[in-house]
Amino acid sequence: MKGIVIKYSDENINTDLIIPARYLNKSEPEYLAEHCFEDFDYKFKEKREKLNATILIAGKNFGSGSSREHAPIAIKASGIDCVIAPTFARIFFRNSINIGLTLIEFDGIENLKDGDVLEIDFDTGSLKNISINQIFEIKKIPKFLQDIIASEGLVNYAKNLLRE
Amino acid sequence: MPSTITEKILAAHCDKKEVSPGDFILANLDGCLGNDITAPIAIKEFYKVIHGTKKGVFDRDKIILLPDHFTPNKDVASAIQCQVLKEFSKKYQLTHYYEVGRCGIEHCFIPEQGLIVPGDLFIGADSHTCTYGAIGAFSTGVGSTDLGVSMALGKTWLKVPETIKFVYSGKLKNWVLGKDLILYTIGQIGVDGATYKAMEFTGVVIKNISMASRFTICNMAIEAGGKNGIIESDEKTIEYIEKRTSRPLKVYKSDKNAEFSEIIEFDCDKIEPQVAFPHLPENSKPISEAEGMEISIDQAVIGSCTNGRLEDLRIAAKVLKNQKVNSHVRCIIIPGTPQIFLNALKEGLIEIFLNAGGIVSPPTCGPCLGGHMGILGAGEKAISTTNRNFMGRMGHVESEVYLSNPAIAAASAIEGNICSPESVLKN
Ligand code: SF4
Repeated sequence: MKGIVIKYSDENINTDLIIPARYLNKSEPEYLAEHCFEDFDYKFKEKREKLNATILIAGKNFGSGSSREHAPIAIKASGIDCVIAPTFARIFFRNSINIGLTLIEFDGIENLKDGDVLEIDFDTGSLKNISINQIFEIKKIPKFLQDIIASEGLVNYAKNLLRE
Repeated sequence: MPSTITEKILAAHCDKKEVSPGDFILANLDGCLGNDITAPIAIKEFYKVIHGTKKGVFDRDKIILLPDHFTPNKDVASAIQCQVLKEFSKKYQLTHYYEVGRCGIEHCFIPEQGLIVPGDLFIGADSHTCTYGAIGAFSTGVGSTDLGVSMALGKTWLKVPETIKFVYSGKLKNWVLGKDLILYTIGQIGVDGATYKAMEFTGVVIKNISMASRFTICNMAIEAGGKNGIIESDEKTIEYIEKRTSRPLKVYKSDKNAEFSEIIEFDCDKIEPQVAFPHLPENSKPISEAEGMEISIDQAVIGSCTNGRLEDLRIAAKVLKNQKVNSHVRCIIIPGTPQIFLNALKEGLIEIFLNAGGIVSPPTCGPCLGGHMGILGAGEKAISTTNRNFMGRMGHVESEVYLSNPAIAAASAIEGNICSPESVLKN
């Protein structure tokens, strides 16, 4: 996976900041993407487009708060394929795996900044910051979760189970 | 192998004899839950899973759908979401679908109706599903896709968590409730202090507090990042649940030499009622300190899945009796379920609230998530017995939410400033 970075160093960015509850009366991805991060940084959309970013970097405990799947859906629909943070809140973590938004736990986010180009190799567990030509180690994804990701999300994984 | 309650319940629900932290399991469910926000997406995913097969829901008795967040319907969009739940429930003849008037806030309603029992494994597409750990069940919040898949399979994937044991010793001070213990705990360990972990609450204080307080404590496990909160079932649990269900109960206890990732002890003699300042539940301060800051409020909310039970309303009424809510404060009281509403009515609590100048809302999540029925304007401040004080949680992004127990919320409504019930009652 290769992409450009948009970064917020803030810790504890919660699901209310990712998608405020007032927009939960609908669940269409495009609608949610329109309001993604609205109360946190209303310029998010403009900024992401300007950078052409597909990789979001954030501080620890990203996605804390409610179980709303609207949060990873909003992020994914706004053009982000992958989120990198030191830690994730657990429901956000499973929701993202389940809908096929890639998450990477990585302690060294201070080595990444807006506009950096990254190349990630999941097999070897390495993250290369091409812009500064440095390679970092990332946590490997456990086999069980890799299987879900390989099925392109939990729904397909479950389909196979149901047909067994 | 010595195990914790959480590990024992998980092992009893999968094809393994015992499990260890870090194991991934496919667990069999005793029940699952969705609400008007999360179930519509779950239903879409459910149809994708069963597409092309002749299968339906795994068990029509084990799926609970409760429209409680934006109900009574706030607007057309929320009405449409609720229609999705109703149609689905009809189609699969779900036993546990409840309309407005018969349902309440999910985490008050489900234990009240005996829909979960000790030893159960339960998931809900709502983060505060961890509430039911208070009756010795494993229950955790998941997302909509999880729920959709579970409704088809009757199973869910789980990573076995490590357990942190919390021991509460000593004696509680006046006006200290479960809410204060959990706010204090989160203040000590932080909003990510228990991420991915089980939080087992033990000690003589936990033995002595009410079921309502136990629900409040487990309810907020997620506010420390916990996967589940859990309290060993005892006579109180059995007494609470026995009259509500005919299902067999299974009581699990952690083995003496079970492995905990950490053991944290608190001496409750020192814990005052707490107030969590904006914008994180971990920003808790003792009431004596908060009171000195003279924080004026515009709204007090007493209710929610954290503190919307009868005992909470009784405590609020004790403070509000023969008092008047400050003329510039809106005091909104929300009984968690129709049954709680009815009991509060019979006990004269509702009359006390109305006489004091408060207003009683139908059971709903409403203001707790900034949904409806009590939204804050720019710069307004609320004291609330809910569980989250995130930025913009109850309305405008520039509004502020302070979390507390019902006694403090009621006292602050009278004073117009955040204060202790003692300050009000001595006047
Ligand atoms: S009362 Fe608040 S926290 Fe509880 S389920 Fe409703 S919205 Fe969630």
